[in-house]
Amino acid sequence: MKKHEYKEKKDTRSGFGDGLYELGKKNKNVVALCADLTGSLKMNQFADEFPERFIQCGIAEANMIGVAAGLTVGGKIPFAGTFANFATGRVYDQIRQSVAYSEKNVKICASHAGITLGEDGATHQIMEDIGLMKMLPGMVVINPCDYNQTKAATIAVANYTGPVYLRFGRPKVPNFTPEHQNFEIGKAVILNEGTDVTILATGHLVWKAIEAGEILEQKGIFSEIINIHTIKPLDEEAVLSSVAKTKAVVTAEEHLLNGGLGDSVAQLLGRKLPTPIEMVAVNDKFGESGKPEELLTKYGIDTDDIVSAVDLVLKRK
Amino acid sequence: MSDIQNLKQIASQVRRDIVRMVHAQNSGHPGGSLGCTDFLTALYFEIMEHDPEDFKMDGNDQDLFFLSNGHISPLWYSILARSGYFSISELSTFRKINSRLQGHPTTKEGLPGIRIASGSLGQGLSVACGAAITKKINNDSKLVYSLHGDGELQEGQIWEAALFATHHKIDNLIATVDYNGKQIDGPVEDVITLGNLKAKWESFGWETLEMNGNDMNDVVKTLGQAKTYTGKGKPVIILMKTEMGMGVDYMMGTHKWHGVAPNDEQLELALDQLEESLGDY
Repeated sequence: MKKHEYKEKKDTRSGFGDGLYELGKKNKNVVALCADLTGSLKMNQFADEFPERFIQCGIAEANMIGVAAGLTVGGKIPFAGTFANFATGRVYDQIRQSVAYSEKNVKICASHAGITLGEDGATHQIMEDIGLMKMLPGMVVINPCDYNQTKAATIAVANYTGPVYLRFGRPKVPNFTPEHQNFEIGKAVILNEGTDVTILATGHLVWKAIEAGEILEQKGIFSEIINIHTIKPLDEEAVLSSVAKTKAVVTAEEHLLNGGLGDSVAQLLGRKLPTPIEMVAVNDKFGESGKPEELLTKYGIDTDDIVSAVDLVLKRK
Repeated sequence: MSDIQNLKQIASQVRRDIVRMVHAQNSGHPGGSLGCTDFLTALYFEIMEHDPEDFKMDGNDQDLFFLSNGHISPLWYSILARSGYFSISELSTFRKINSRLQGHPTTKEGLPGIRIASGSLGQGLSVACGAAITKKINNDSKLVYSLHGDGELQEGQIWEAALFATHHKIDNLIATVDYNGKQIDGPVEDVITLGNLKAKWESFGWETLEMNGNDMNDVVKTLGQAKTYTGKGKPVIILMKTEMGMGVDYMMGTHKWHGVAPNDEQLELALDQLEESLGDY
């Protein structure tokens, strides 16, 4: 299996913060908004260096989304940041009407997504956000896998005109993708070529998929591992061509089964290439307090769960 | 003819447009539309600096208007068409299939003059704040206007925006509330009372003016006065007393015509009371 190495673990939210700062330096139209979580979202550097383009909104997320939509009217590119829970479910109608339906160039930047938010518990651990956002017509949904990729994605979405949901997280995870990468919205990244099964992973679960691939290789199973950093638009060609070869697929994500990546892939395969599929995701549950790694294990979205899902899907081949 | 007289004539034609549009599709919101007609006529034909013939989404170096209570769309569509944003003949497509004149305003269909969708209430003040901040960043000295229903003030987001605008000293914004005291379920004070609205806005730090929204003289005078309050560190709001259904006697003094269309006979009764000053579409 292709070796993937990392020098250090870093949080994806820092990738966002550093990407935003880079953007601030080179694109005067980029403005940033935050709802009293500037430190948590690592937006301090942007706020300090470009105070005239940083808009503190306080604990008022609905207003923040509306303000962001208004800022686009005169040509600004607003990056509105808060926790994923408050960036989606809390403000769904504001996003729906003022951003998505109005086709505004707003970037919704959602940190602390998923269960790895950890100790704060289920009130803050949204695992429905991908589903909520991908349902909105025209909304692009991106969930990068590590620090470098989140930084690259943050910079890339400024060059795309239209609403984007950019999802990232709190914990430090292996930073293994290249420092200088060309992030292409909607273009899946093949991390390992294999013949027996396709593993499609997004966000923090991409590294887990790599770990699972190594375990599977020792058992003589060769996995094709693909990083689906963009859930919508889904790279249908990459999925279909890989699955045509392997004839079995496992999806992995830090999200609910309903509405997540697996659901998008199943819909695609059902229409175009019916194939045995297993999904590593949380099934119809809220989370709870705990350490991120403990939670991934308890909620069945860890490395071993991907290995088990592959074993299961191979029996159905 | 005086400017005021001219504005009144335009308003009369706009009111005819409203009742005819709503009647034609047997759908829409005539009550609030008729109540706000004098205000929007004055705004578009007297107060705002804008370029109807060359609409651009960014609206740079122009005054902007955001309609937050999007259900009074027939009024806005008539005003936009009558001021030259698009042909008045298009008014006949209101709420019909394949029309740019959707039930509630949208940017989706590319109708000139509209910069944000509205209909789900409470969002327009935030949008107006954002647009006003962009003007400041761009050193664009033009103003942002917005209109809201009084019932709409029951939405919490309005008060988030009210705090926000004061904190950020958004003093290039003039918001107006259609203070007609009525909403779908009945009098506002019976549904969820707003209490002392003037004191509320003042306590939130807004320069708060009052006017009679159905007296064209007062509307023009107060809007002019509101402009003199801009650029002084505070957002400006006008509490505009109006009569729902203004101009059509049987629609006045009740909330029942909030979202009901007149039948053939009622249309004739309405048109008899409204001078056809500019020619029907």
